[in-house]
Amino acid sequence: MSESLEKVKAPSEPLFSKKNKKLITDPLSDNNPITIQVLGICSALAITVQVEQAFFMSASVLFVLIFGNLSISLLRNLIPSRVRIIVQLVVVASLVIIVNEVLQAFVPDVSEKLSVFVGLIITNCIIMGRFEAFAMGNKPWPSVLDAVGNAVGYAWILLVVAIFREVLGSGKFWGMEILPQGFYEMGYMNNNLMILPPMALIVVGIIIWIQRSKNPSLVEEH
Amino acid sequence: MESTLDIFVKAIFSENMIFAYFLGMCSYLAVSKTVKTGLGLGVAVIFVLGVTIPINYLLENYVLKEGALEWLNPAYGVNGSSTINLSFLSFIMFIAVIASIVQLVEMLVEKFAPALYGALGIFLPLIAVNCSILGGALFMQDRQYSTMTDAVAFGLGSGIGWLIAIVFIAAIREKIRYSNVPPALRGLGITFIITGLMGIAFMSFMGIDY
Repeated sequence: MSESLEKVKAPSEPLFSKKNKKLITDPLSDNNPITIQVLGICSALAITVQVEQAFFMSASVLFVLIFGNLSISLLRNLIPSRVRIIVQLVVVASLVIIVNEVLQAFVPDVSEKLSVFVGLIITNCIIMGRFEAFAMGNKPWPSVLDAVGNAVGYAWILLVVAIFREVLGSGKFWGMEILPQGFYEMGYMNNNLMILPPMALIVVGIIIWIQRSKNPSLVEEH
Repeated sequence: MESTLDIFVKAIFSENMIFAYFLGMCSYLAVSKTVKTGLGLGVAVIFVLGVTIPINYLLENYVLKEGALEWLNPAYGVNGSSTINLSFLSFIMFIAVIASIVQLVEMLVEKFAPALYGALGIFLPLIAVNCSILGGALFMQDRQYSTMTDAVAFGLGSGIGWLIAIVFIAAIREKIRYSNVPPALRGLGITFIITGLMGIAFMSFMGIDY
């Protein structure tokens, strides 16, 4: 924490200085919230059956994380540390209510499919984790960048898993058939297992495997 | 119509919080290194689900649901002249109830049962942000259980299902320390894959005709 506090003391750095760029690029791979920090798994796995759901979920998380980090960062000197968890939860819950109302109004069918998982953004560990680890100790602008980086890091894993599961599981992308009919005539069949919940875990497991074999410094002892 | 026992058994097995909905995965992965800590967190989850689900059930049915305020004034009811629907407030109400109950339970346990506090103490604060607690409340709202007993059965069943899942994975992880896992899969990767395989195993419970 003290390290990050010192970081922002530097007088008037440019908007996209090296440090700030790092805030965005780090969470994309080497410090990815899902595969390295293991945060926010709950929702990441449950809504990756279709790309459309994964997209709207990522967009919601992006919105909540940016505005949440911004508000917490602006309030950071006013929040008494004993009740900070409750304050953070109230901020997230209000933002999630906004997201939920917007989804219900403009994309009701997606909102129906996401069902309880929109509400569960409140307890998404990425959001509470970033509030606690970053926004409570940093100025608003770096907090917003940090939010963008983490939300995009979350989104790309979600989309990759969703693409695998939707294409292999139902031969579709964003609800449209993409595999040519000829495939099925030759005897190809959709892998129904991919649609079932356990495969999401296994796909994420494989992504982690690939990522860690490429970058051995991330390997855990046990 | 499902009986209370059906709801209870279903919540433990075929609709297991971890294997079917992935709720509470964060703490599930972080705290499952040994059976002892896994058991502690699992008991705390059952406890908190058993307390918060009934409270949220009352809140849902007497305050938040469309027309739920009928007991105040018949005009606010579903068929009344000025129906009130507060369901948009449910997220913030549920999470406020959960966070304050967890805090309250922590203080009560510390005061009256120090031995239990020693065992559960460190896990209780973790639970406020455990998805399975809020998820339980939201599923309860979504499925509209008809009686309080059903809601309690659902809460306890989900908690027990969660406990079973975390104890199983912790036991497997204790053993896996002695096996030769490919380096890049060690730790997190292999845990994901095992959970997936256990999920496939648990899906066989779906075949049971309730």
